Amino acid sequence: MSITRTAPLPPTTVRTSFWRKNQRRLAPRLFLAPGVILFAIYVIWPIFDSLRLSLYDWDGLGEKTWLGFDNYVELFDDEAFYTSLKNNVIWLVLYLLAIPAGLAIAIFLNQTIPGMRLYKSLFFFPFVISQVVVGLMFSWFYAPGFGLFYGLIEAITGTGIAVLADERYVTYGIIAAGLWPQIAYVMILYLTGLNNVSPDQIEAARLDGAKGFRMLWHVILPQLAPATFIAVVVTVIGALRSFDLVSIMTDGGPYGTSRVLSFYMYEQALSEYGYRMGYGAAIAVILFAIMMVFISGFIWKMWREETEH
Amino acid sequence: MNVSLKSLLLGVSAASLIVSASFAQEKRVLTYNADYDPIPLAAMEALIADFEAANPDVDVKINNFDHEGYKTAIRNFLTADAPDLANWYAGNRMAPFVKANQFMDVSDVWEANGLSEALGSAKASMTIDGKQWGVPYTYYQWGIYYNRDAYKAAGVGEPKSWDEFVANCEKFKAAGIDCLTTGTKALWPGAGIFDYLSLRTNGYEWHMDLTAGKVAWTDQKVKDVFAQWARIQPFITANHAAIDWQDAAALLVQGKAANYVMGNFAVGVFKEGGMTNDNLGFMVFPEITAGLPRAEEAPTDTIHIPAGAKNVEDAKKFLAFVASADAQTKLNMALNQLPTNKNSAVGDDPFLKAGFEMLSSAHALAQFFDRDAPAEMAKAGMEGFQEFMVKPENLDAILDRLEKTRQRVYK
Amino acid sequence: MFPKPIERSSPAAQLLYKAAVPVALFLWLLPLIGVAMTSVRPASDLAQGNYFGIPSYLAFGNYVEIFTQSNIGWYMVNSFKVTIPTVIGAVAISCMTGFALAVYRFKSNLLLFFMFVAGNFVPFQILMVPVRDLTLQLGVYNTWYGLAMFHIAFQTGFCTLFMRNFIRALPYELIEAARVEGVSEWRIFAYIVVPLMRPAIAALAVLVFTFIWNDFFWATVLTTSAETQPVTAGLSSLNGQWIAQWHLVSAGSILAAVPPVLMFFLMQRHFIAGLTLGATKG
Repeated sequence: MSITRTAPLPPTTVRTSFWRKNQRRLAPRLFLAPGVILFAIYVIWPIFDSLRLSLYDWDGLGEKTWLGFDNYVELFDDEAFYTSLKNNVIWLVLYLLAIPAGLAIAIFLNQTIPGMRLYKSLFFFPFVISQVVVGLMFSWFYAPGFGLFYGLIEAITGTGIAVLADERYVTYGIIAAGLWPQIAYVMILYLTGLNNVSPDQIEAARLDGAKGFRMLWHVILPQLAPATFIAVVVTVIGALRSFDLVSIMTDGGPYGTSRVLSFYMYEQALSEYGYRMGYGAAIAVILFAIMMVFISGFIWKMWREETEH
Repeated sequence: MNVSLKSLLLGVSAASLIVSASFAQEKRVLTYNADYDPIPLAAMEALIADFEAANPDVDVKINNFDHEGYKTAIRNFLTADAPDLANWYAGNRMAPFVKANQFMDVSDVWEANGLSEALGSAKASMTIDGKQWGVPYTYYQWGIYYNRDAYKAAGVGEPKSWDEFVANCEKFKAAGIDCLTTGTKALWPGAGIFDYLSLRTNGYEWHMDLTAGKVAWTDQKVKDVFAQWARIQPFITANHAAIDWQDAAALLVQGKAANYVMGNFAVGVFKEGGMTNDNLGFMVFPEITAGLPRAEEAPTDTIHIPAGAKNVEDAKKFLAFVASADAQTKLNMALNQLPTNKNSAVGDDPFLKAGFEMLSSAHALAQFFDRDAPAEMAKAGMEGFQEFMVKPENLDAILDRLEKTRQRVYK
Repeated sequence: MFPKPIERSSPAAQLLYKAAVPVALFLWLLPLIGVAMTSVRPASDLAQGNYFGIPSYLAFGNYVEIFTQSNIGWYMVNSFKVTIPTVIGAVAISCMTGFALAVYRFKSNLLLFFMFVAGNFVPFQILMVPVRDLTLQLGVYNTWYGLAMFHIAFQTGFCTLFMRNFIRALPYELIEAARVEGVSEWRIFAYIVVPLMRPAIAALAVLVFTFIWNDFFWATVLTTSAETQPVTAGLSSLNGQWIAQWHLVSAGSILAAVPPVLMFFLMQRHFIAGLTLGATKG
């Protein structure tokens, strides 16, 4: 190798030496270029473009008309917006149940009996399946007349409940469907975490007489903190992104009571009776602002960890 | 950097277009985006086969969508990837596309083929700004379909008046049968009930004013319509918001429901479910306000040429073919619907004949709530109708909301 | 180990536990089992109200029927056409970005890194209208590559986070040594770092495969016709056609779930390693 270096071919000398002098400086730019360009075009620029669009009235076909903040003014007087916002809060709160539930299942399964590996995989199964399929499965589960859940309720109380057509239950019914894969995800995070809990500390705590819930709270959970952090991040993001299930299971119905912001935005901008791109963009901006609160929190925590090193 | 990359990519895709265009095909392709259910799809495929036999150098490529998904997809493909032909609806429903220059003016097709005469009854609903924007190929009546066996089981006869219809509902309830069924998961079936109650309570002209945004939703006359609706609301299938119209059709077939306000396309579904001309009945929606001229609901389905069509010449040939008397006779026999060409023959199916008679003697024809009212108003309205059928006590809140929508939409 | 290993409990408790796990699993997977059963139930059973009982025979014909009666075969092919290029593209690009951000020190390093991380979390809706517009203008709307291009760009965010952290954990001395030897930066990347990244590449490949296969939102926004729609969007529109035909909807659902499930079982170790990255310290 050293021979080729000391005797390079004449025509490439100039380029090679320029390259050699500057490659430490240029290489990162070249390595980053494709990713950064694509990301800037498809992710960063659209955020600003949506901010701009939210100030216009546009049907996606004709000319854009400048509105200023009219879209936002209308939004704050829009019942459907508040319904969506309220449902988003319900989603967020109930979705966080995935964390204790996932932890409980992980603790339940953290044993070594024959076939445990397979059991764990099968418990994890729902996460691998598309939300479209999950939505269809739960639609069937709730279907009035012949759904398993409907039948169960009918057998117990005498009258079945059409969960997806009842404004009192519909959002909870969809959240339950969403929790199913989410709990599986959290479970696998905690199973991995539990694998790495230091056995010495547990034994030491046992000698001190700690067990059960006290052991979990004071010894185990602190060691699971990294898993909990990721679980919170993915659960919060998942709750605010909830679009697929609402779209598949109810299309926002009955009479718009199961809408969430992400779905309402799509409905206004692209659905059959919609095509208010500017108004949709305004809803998206609000959703983005809400998510930014969480994103900033995550980023701040990660930034601190990075700069401490 | 952003702009230059974009134009670079544009250049690349333009080049690939040129390359693919240079591989000229022997047959001229005519792309057709449609939204047929299985029965109508077969009928249209037969018509296409006839068209291809008459025009051997044209290959019609039909791209069929599901009915509900199509309504969203059309706005995308018209601007992005326009076919040569596309299904849509007459009336106000096509106005946004006409105003956005997405549909092509086909007045010349009407002119050249004498369609103003032959399709005279549908001309007004195809005309905006004095030009025609598509060709109608079928229409169908709405009315009340009922299960005679359910009537027998409850021991009631066909109602002669609205009051009798309402009175019957009590008897159906006693027999454990839903007096009226519907499935509003996709919202629109509920609008059929509203339209008829509105047409029968306040008349065609008032109904058209309402859908044109000239009447406030908080008006007493609107409340009168809902007052009639409230009389039958307790007897409507309880889970209607959870089911599709086909599910509700199954309830009628099984005799669990007696009446269904529906379009004639449902007859195919009833018969597939096992009903026959003997136990399936049809009646005109009964009179509510005495003496009002009788108007009916008769939506017209249409075919248009998108402004971005590539093969316009053959598309126009196809429209002329679809409009012709023979083609409409054959197509509508298979669809079991009514031809819009007055020189076509009407099939001898009893429901079709009943519908034809009902419509020919009607004072006026409405398209349908979501075709007569602008899209946004239609959506808000249909959600309101669904909510009213579940929670009639919310009526005032619903009407306030609709009035707010009206003031924004029509300004 | 927490909780206390079951082996240390009484034999009765052990037996109870061994029985409880499969029962819990059965309840947990009830919706899935129900749908799987429905998918092999003959239509006549459903018509007669036999919803939960033993099917009168196993109607594998339902699966044949969805292939002959619908475009589901096409939808599956389309899903592969979108998913495979996305996996290759996103993984290849993020190997490079991850390498650059992990190995070089320059002023905007952390800023760029956090741009990728933050972009990865934004709601899709804020991108929807501009991305749809851009796709239209590029003339790639309603094509598998138009959809794949967006997916590659978006997945680059997550993949970069993953790759960068992975490469940071590699021994930096390897790179230093190579530099002293005079090995070019490209060769360091291609011949020293990439071979060490194999587990990360495998983990990301399976994860991205699953994410993209299961994507529904972008499939609805960027594709419209049966010729281009992936199976998630296709299934949604078939659901609109197969009203009250739950045996077909179920069969379609099960079919759409097969590829990611196979991927998961074949590559389980990598899949979980990828998903739980960062769930443990060090």
